[in-house]
Amino acid sequence: MSSGNFITTSFNSALGWARKFSLFHYPYVTACCGMEYMSTACAHFDIDRFGAGWTRFSPRQSDLILVVGTIPQKLAPVLKTVYDQMTEPKWVIAFGACTLSGGIYDNYAVVQGIDQIIPVDIYIPGCPPRPETVLDGLLKLQQKIQTSEPDWRWKKKKS
Amino acid sequence: MEEEKILDALRQACPDAVLSAEVSLGDAVAVIRADSLAAVAAFLRGAPLRTDMLLDLTCVHFPERPEAFEMVYHFLSLETQSRLRVKAGLPAENPTIASLTGMWKNASLLEREVYDMFGVRFEGHPDLRRLLLYDGFEGHPLRKDYPLRKRQPLIPLRKAETK
Amino acid sequence: MTTRIERQARPDSLLLNMGPSHPAMHGTIRIMLELDGERVLASEVEVGYLHRGFEKTCENKTWFNLLIYTDRLNYVSPLINNLGYVMAVEKLCGLKVPERAQTIRVLMSELSRVSDHLTALAAMAMESGAFTVFLYKMKAREFLWDVIEQTTGARMTTSYIRVGGVRADLDRDYAAACRKAVAETRKVLKDVHGLLDKNAIFLDRTRDIAVMSREDAVSYGWTGPCLRSTGIPYDVRKARPYLNYDSLDFEIPVGERGDNFDRYMVRMKEMDQSLRLIEQCVGLLEKMPAAPTTDPAESLPPAEAIRLARRQKPVRAVALSPNLAGSGKNVQADIYAQAPGFVLPPKDETYTTMEGLINHFQYFMKGHGIRPPKGEAYCSVEGGNGELGYYIVSDGTDRPYRLHLRAPCFHVVAALEQLIRGRMIADIIPTFGSMNMIGGELDR
Repeated sequence: MSSGNFITTSFNSALGWARKFSLFHYPYVTACCGMEYMSTACAHFDIDRFGAGWTRFSPRQSDLILVVGTIPQKLAPVLKTVYDQMTEPKWVIAFGACTLSGGIYDNYAVVQGIDQIIPVDIYIPGCPPRPETVLDGLLKLQQKIQTSEPDWRWKKKKS
Repeated sequence: MEEEKILDALRQACPDAVLSAEVSLGDAVAVIRADSLAAVAAFLRGAPLRTDMLLDLTCVHFPERPEAFEMVYHFLSLETQSRLRVKAGLPAENPTIASLTGMWKNASLLEREVYDMFGVRFEGHPDLRRLLLYDGFEGHPLRKDYPLRKRQPLIPLRKAETK
Repeated sequence: MTTRIERQARPDSLLLNMGPSHPAMHGTIRIMLELDGERVLASEVEVGYLHRGFEKTCENKTWFNLLIYTDRLNYVSPLINNLGYVMAVEKLCGLKVPERAQTIRVLMSELSRVSDHLTALAAMAMESGAFTVFLYKMKAREFLWDVIEQTTGARMTTSYIRVGGVRADLDRDYAAACRKAVAETRKVLKDVHGLLDKNAIFLDRTRDIAVMSREDAVSYGWTGPCLRSTGIPYDVRKARPYLNYDSLDFEIPVGERGDNFDRYMVRMKEMDQSLRLIEQCVGLLEKMPAAPTTDPAESLPPAEAIRLARRQKPVRAVALSPNLAGSGKNVQADIYAQAPGFVLPPKDETYTTMEGLINHFQYFMKGHGIRPPKGEAYCSVEGGNGELGYYIVSDGTDRPYRLHLRAPCFHVVAALEQLIRGRMIADIIPTFGSMNMIGGELDR
């Protein structure tokens, strides 16, 4: 945790509060988990009530990249490019077993976990994860954002 | 149309092309010589069979056989509601067979997939290159001698940090 | 690495890349466009961005184990993929599935088919700008998934339809849940008809756009709703009836022009027919005699039952865990074929008899379990997108020698380049949406 005076820590909390409740996510959807992502985003389970409802289909305009579904080797450079195009501060959620570790696909075609390509903040297990699990992961990310280091130390983060 | 009748018509029309023709589990299956594929396909398109649809085109690799690659074609005729499976064996060295792109439009993509996965070449294909895998991938994965887990990453992979 | 379109493009045209990560690319597909302003002069479609090595993986898994991979092919209608694979294995092994299991399979297939069409059209509508339709259809899909979850335990990747039958009998309250889901879906479909059918904007974007002629559709190997939209009434359920489709009453909706609107309309009407089929199946299942149930007071917990069985004492009944609901000895004859090496023995017998224990153990052991005789088989079912076929080659061992999937949307997407030629960029979106490309099936 950062050491600082009362003003900077309050500022950090305020900034964390503002960031966590207005997450614009980029759904990098490839496979089956996309169906559960659609369920989470829609009326029954509603991701919007957590502030993360607005999908921004441009990496320049989003804070959070939700990597949903298997990433094959052919798609890895594209994922890296999209992640690099995002502006700081940015977070990554690995959604579903295939993004955590390749899932059930241990073969020549699949990347064994997207943390081999980009740094990941939250891992959501499941094949596919239930919408409640996804929302739990989102809440954990919000907790992480609230308590994260302040802005000017972002340069320390290794890519 | 009855499976037996389909096979009889095929045997009569292309007697030296057909190596064997039998009904297996209710499906009409004919094994033909690989160099006669174009002639057989042309016959199938016309009367009386009128198979207007190429349902599927795939390959099976039998490394211990002299004819290591077995091409499998599935045909369907919507008019006569008949189906036919045609198989043709190809040698292990430089497997090549005629392309059906002139007769059916989906043959183009199907043949590219077989080339990608097995390395079988198709004569007369306008644009034979990899379909499902990427340029720079070496080898043909569905061959029996390609190891399952041999990965060829496109970008350098990082080591995940664990705290 | 230059692509074909880069090599062949005219010098004064614009090259634009759509995808592979793009909101309207349904997962991942890359379309490279050669444009003159907004008009597409030529295009090149690149697939393979979701190639997960399904066929190679299946050669290394047992016949039973690879069932989970089939769920993830056409992931919006997973039960139909299960069904296609399982029917191919049953054809090779010559297994006969009991009638109740067949009707349950039809019920589950039709529930899957409705959720497939709902998702396809919801995505098509959302990408065309009709976001409300997406929300309504997802709501209906949740009701259907609740029904599926009640019985199979999972919303999406169910692995429920097994070789020889189904994994478990239906839940006690399935009839009420099915009827409710059907009623809610009908309400949603009525709303969507009202929102889209006569909507000037939707019609402008879909009527007479991307028209496919019958000859071309057949030449491309189109099947399913896309082929039926051109006017050819080919449906595997009617042409080569499987399960008990020949005794059920349903129609095949057919389009006229083969444009985007017809593809949309055929899917909407097919959902009505599927809902009819679901109601008929529920009626049939209610009429079938219920399996005998045992008195809960006489059932012993599994540990107790095992102890007694070891001492050769008789065990009346075993109280199975709720996870195993619907799969006890009393329903085994209803849900599984009489084929000891190919199906899992009921848990009660596994706990209390030696044969049951050995059969269970061998079912999962490497080198044992399902071992179809040497040979090959091709079996096709009507998937959400068309004729879903599995070609399997067995060499007598516990693993397939070769497993090939005939993916219906592969052939549909093969025609994409032709359909968008000459049209504007904005036309690509509803065209591609109406094709219902599912990456898992396309790229395997």
